[in-house]
Amino acid sequence: MPSYVIPDKCDGCKALDKTACQYVCPNDLMVLIEETKKAYNQEPEMCWECYSCVKICPTQAIEVRGYADFVPMGASVTPMVSTDSIMWTVKFRNGTLKRFKFPIRTTPEGKAVPDGGYPTGTDDLKSPVLYTEPESTRCQDLPKVK
Amino acid sequence: MAKFETVEVNTDVLICGGGMAACGAAVEAAYWAKKNNLKVTLVDKAAMDRSGAVAMGLSAINQYVDVNSGKNTVKDYVDYVRNDLMGITREDLVANIARHVDSTVHLFEKWGLPIWKDADGNYVHEGRWQLMINGESYKVVVAEAAKNALGMDNIYERVFITEPLVENGKCVGAVGFSTRENKFYVFRAKATIAAMGGAVHVFKPRSSGEGLGRSWYPPFNSGASAYFTIKGGAEMTCQEVRFIPVRFKDAYGPVGAWFLLFKSRATNGIGENYMETRRSELENWKPYGLVKPVPANLRNWLMMLDVMEGKGPIYMRTEEAIEKLSSAVTDDKERKKKLRELESEAWEDFLDMTISQAILWAATNTAPEEKPSEIAACEPYFIGSHSGASGAWISGPEDLAPKDYFWGYANMCTVDGMFAAGDGSGASSHKFSSGSHAEGRIAAKAAVAYAVDHPDEPKFDAGKIEELKKRILLPLDLYEQHKNASSDPNINPNFMKPKMYMFRLQKIMDEYAGGVSTNFTTSKALLEKGLELIAFLHEDSEKLAAENLHELLRCWENIHRTWQAEAHVRTVLFREETRWPGYYFRADTPSMKDDWNCFANCKWDPNTGKWEMIKREVEYIY
Ligand SMILES: Cc1cc2nc3c(=O)[nH]c(=O)nc-3n(C[C@H](O)[C@H](O)[C@H](O)COP(=O)(O)OP(=O)(O)OC[C@H]3O[C@@H](n4cnc5c(N)ncnc54)[C@H](O)[C@@H]3O)c2cc1C
Ligand code: SF4
Ligand code: SF4
Repeated sequence: MPSYVIPDKCDGCKALDKTACQYVCPNDLMVLIEETKKAYNQEPEMCWECYSCVKICPTQAIEVRGYADFVPMGASVTPMVSTDSIMWTVKFRNGTLKRFKFPIRTTPEGKAVPDGGYPTGTDDLKSPVLYTEPESTRCQDLPKVK
Repeated sequence: MAKFETVEVNTDVLICGGGMAACGAAVEAAYWAKKNNLKVTLVDKAAMDRSGAVAMGLSAINQYVDVNSGKNTVKDYVDYVRNDLMGITREDLVANIARHVDSTVHLFEKWGLPIWKDADGNYVHEGRWQLMINGESYKVVVAEAAKNALGMDNIYERVFITEPLVENGKCVGAVGFSTRENKFYVFRAKATIAAMGGAVHVFKPRSSGEGLGRSWYPPFNSGASAYFTIKGGAEMTCQEVRFIPVRFKDAYGPVGAWFLLFKSRATNGIGENYMETRRSELENWKPYGLVKPVPANLRNWLMMLDVMEGKGPIYMRTEEAIEKLSSAVTDDKERKKKLRELESEAWEDFLDMTISQAILWAATNTAPEEKPSEIAACEPYFIGSHSGASGAWISGPEDLAPKDYFWGYANMCTVDGMFAAGDGSGASSHKFSSGSHAEGRIAAKAAVAYAVDHPDEPKFDAGKIEELKKRILLPLDLYEQHKNASSDPNINPNFMKPKMYMFRLQKIMDEYAGGVSTNFTTSKALLEKGLELIAFLHEDSEKLAAENLHELLRCWENIHRTWQAEAHVRTVLFREETRWPGYYFRADTPSMKDDWNCFANCKWDPNTGKWEMIKREVEYIY
């Protein structure tokens, strides 16, 4: 399977301007069936189990079932993403449950400033000093090679 | 011909790819282009937020030199990389990346990437060069800075770059197609950067059922950088230096944290540590066999010798490592806390970058503190940014490169106006996510300089563009033309679908070029036979058929893979020695030879269609 869509939960992202899972899958796997307005994974054996579609689905309609050719049945790993952290629920085959929470970013979404506040130390297009350097290297000058 | 609108985009600097190197190129190019009134355009086959090898996130930044602390120098890093690659390294390129990488890491932190800190506010190191991160959103954050720098108007997502445009030995852009609508794109540019990652599924992966996609390297990187540069006529380097990582078996979870952070050992099925029992084997690979740390390919090799002798399974002794770390804490309460911390760190390592491994552990009721887990060598990949080295042969920077390694602009290929970075450039391994980003920045600044110095409008023959369009859309036409000749769309005497084409390529590579099924062993005779079969495959690539845009994408990905495969086979054949035994073993030339202490380069000539093999001297800067 790898990732699969639970039809009852998928609403075709009707409230959004694009189908979230289809937009995000790096391997072009998720597609929306025009007639039913439900998404599905069109080539499960090319799925990396990267969970990008699972994390982005607004209705939690996508889950992952471990690769049947080497993963025993019955376990699940489920993320819940918030603006600054991710909570994972790991369910073992024997029923054990584990929960883990990790930070994901320290800035508000959309607010990454390209120069990070570092000035540029040169105007010379031919100099090896890059935009934001040397200050962003935290050295006085570009680190010496020799 | 299938009805596709042709969309023309004229720009100054074209960035092909949207991964770590491309995102670095975007922030840097945006700044210098603005100062010089130039336009920058980026094209990614996927959505930048989650495209490329960092799609899932990562749990470590693998290159941080930390020059500012005074603990390491640029030279220390270069020494490490040269030794790991058995001497075959462009020191000028490695040094150039190393002097910029800390800057890039500090930017990541400003953009919002959480990097672990200790009680004193210093970064937590996984190993000497590695930093621990909470990297679930690593790619999202890095892509965000790139998007904010360029603006979405200058970014094309879901456009697959298919072919370079090269006229009179100069790259003037690229063509591609949308994977969402019937549009054919022509990008004209004064300077073009190839940063479309490495390649997987060239070799047969260990799992070939549902788990086919669970290669260590992401199935969506399919050799576009190599194809783009080879087809443009660029000289390529280290095409033989594939990468075979050792990972947790089957789900390919990372082992770095276990070896480096948790100081774990690996032992074979009878409890022996191959790094000790097989130590004398390292003598055969002097001087590199005797350096510390032991080169990655030699660590593989010692493990494989055990496996070949039937001494598997090989286990990562997680239970032993955790016991050692926690028993060092004497207070009972503190020890329990330490155990909980270690457990959380271990799981985060998987959840941040190989979620499948967490599923496998849960499905096999594996608690790392209770029982060891199997590790194994994966299948071969092409990833010049990691511990492999394949990529284009590029110019070094003016202030560091030996004379023979400099031709005008840092990171420019041997084709004018064509630049490469990340997995796209060769002989500069161990740049990883951070170094690839830094290298993208280096390439972008040079590409802007090139565009300023060469202001002529890029031109390409309109007739040739029409021909390219026809060729690129051919799989759709073939399908339409012949689909009624059989009852099953996948079995037809007139055409072949991309999936079976891919399996054919993988079978050839696996059996003749030293894949998993031969324990990475090959020989002159095997390689020559492989080349014969690849030639048929090339011919049959004109018989590829696609029912829709998704299959058209798959057709072209596999054509890209075929060229990466051929460059690899030719170079393994050319280099008549074995230098990286843990990556591949030439059974007919089983040892390292002094006269091969050089680069084995190759080049395909677009005018004659012939390959040329070239020896280039290794010139160190230290
Ligand atoms: C499983 C794994 C774990 C890793 N762990 C770590 C780690 O812990 N720490 C670390 O520092 N590094 C790690 N790395 C290495 C790191 O991910 C790479 O070094 C880095 O991503 C290379 O950058 P790149 O830009 O060359 O390629 P990528 O980041 O892979 O980007 C390639 C880009 O090209 C695009 N593309 C591909 N083909 C086309 C085409 N035809 N047309 C248009 N666009 C195209 C893709 O969509 C993508 O945007 C890991 C890599 C892997 C695979
Ligand atoms: S898990 Fe990743 S590769 Fe698989 S369908 Fe979802 S986004 Fe695509
Ligand atoms: S993201 Fe979720 S709700 Fe939206 S189409 Fe995909 S599965 Fe359905």
